[in-house]
Amino acid sequence: MNLFITLLAAVFVNNFIFSKFLGICPFLGVSKKVETAAGMGIAVIFVMTLASAATWLVHKFVLVSLGIEYMYNIAFILIIASLVQFVEMFIKKSSPSLYQALGVYLPLITTNCAVLGVTVTNMENGYGFLQSLVNGIGAAVGFALAIVLFAGVRERIASSPIPKPFQGFPIALITAGLMSIAFLGFSGML
Amino acid sequence: MNAIITPILVLGCMGLIFGAILGFASIIFRVEKDPKVDEVRECLPGANCGGCGFAGCDALADAIASGKAAVNACPVGGSVVAEKIGAIMGIKADASEKKTAFVMCNGDCDSAKDKYKYYGVADCDLENGLNGGHKACSYGCLGDGNCVKACNFDAIHVVNGVAVVDKEKCVACGACIKACPKHLIELVPYKSKVKVACSSKDMPKASKDNCSNACMGCKLCEKNCPFDAVHITDFLAKVDYSKCKQCGKCLEKCPTKAIQKRA
Repeated sequence: MNLFITLLAAVFVNNFIFSKFLGICPFLGVSKKVETAAGMGIAVIFVMTLASAATWLVHKFVLVSLGIEYMYNIAFILIIASLVQFVEMFIKKSSPSLYQALGVYLPLITTNCAVLGVTVTNMENGYGFLQSLVNGIGAAVGFALAIVLFAGVRERIASSPIPKPFQGFPIALITAGLMSIAFLGFSGML
Repeated sequence: MNAIITPILVLGCMGLIFGAILGFASIIFRVEKDPKVDEVRECLPGANCGGCGFAGCDALADAIASGKAAVNACPVGGSVVAEKIGAIMGIKADASEKKTAFVMCNGDCDSAKDKYKYYGVADCDLENGLNGGHKACSYGCLGDGNCVKACNFDAIHVVNGVAVVDKEKCVACGACIKACPKHLIELVPYKSKVKVACSSKDMPKASKDNCSNACMGCKLCEKNCPFDAVHITDFLAKVDYSKCKQCGKCLEKCPTKAIQKRA
């Protein structure tokens, strides 16, 4: 039950985009079409889950046991960057079709602050291994949900008569703000 | 002193280990790539228009190098590019016939009647959803310019309510063909001058009432063609470009000028 609440909280209440404002760069950059947004979302789910597991292990068995927890930022960046690179190579070799679907998004995620954000949250809240994993999946699903919803709205906006000063990014940012307010409604859920 | 040395050692070791893992991984997981792919890619125009039917120039280069696509598969590059790629692949390229897009409608603002006035967003798909658009003829060009937006080469423009292709700029990538909700655009041989600028399959009287430039299916062109190159199906003339000799007899007989001679 505790894990279920963690999952739900990560997806809706603490949505990485709409309530923590992490990962805004890919959120605005890769959200012009639902198809690419979904691809990005799936890639993020994949990477965040792996990163949560890997950073938890390194944090627990290397940083804590040697008494240098304060180096977590540098260590996590190192882990995430090499993990994504490794996964990219692995997928390229083992499954070319999956690489076609996710390959272009993986390098984008290497330096995505949402991935670093979820690992730091896991550590700060003192989550156990399983809970870290669930929180990672939840945060990534929340990211995917937000980006796909936003892409759907932007597809509609593209063929609407928007006043000239608001065309392009201004209307996208206003929309994102409105969606963020809508997600505020979930904060009373838990 | 330890406070400095420990983190340096730990992070240094982590960096080394990860570096070593990635280094080995790049050897173990290396994907063999055909060097021809890069050479072929160099020759292609690089507009990523998708006119070849592949996802872009990279995908086409991959397909050509592996023999899945012909060396002249790029419609944009034409025979020049086909020859270069042929040289790389060691195959003599047949010169592909140069083609150009053509809009099969000439129902401009002066000749075509309106069903209603359209004040919505200038988008063919949206207008087409409203009872097939503002024109009385349900086959006609709506003139909102989805093809213009789709064209990467500035080769198609809406003139007096109808899209017109600029033959010199058109590279026959087919982007406009996919964009047109009325399916009015087709690829025709660049050399061909005789084309039917109408797509109406309505009954003769309806066609005539709706648009003064419409093909009524009177068969005068079919009867007068000495080469058996024009045929009427569903009250609409169609030119067989492989048989047409550009003599222009059909143009003289056409009562509505639906068949045209355009340079």
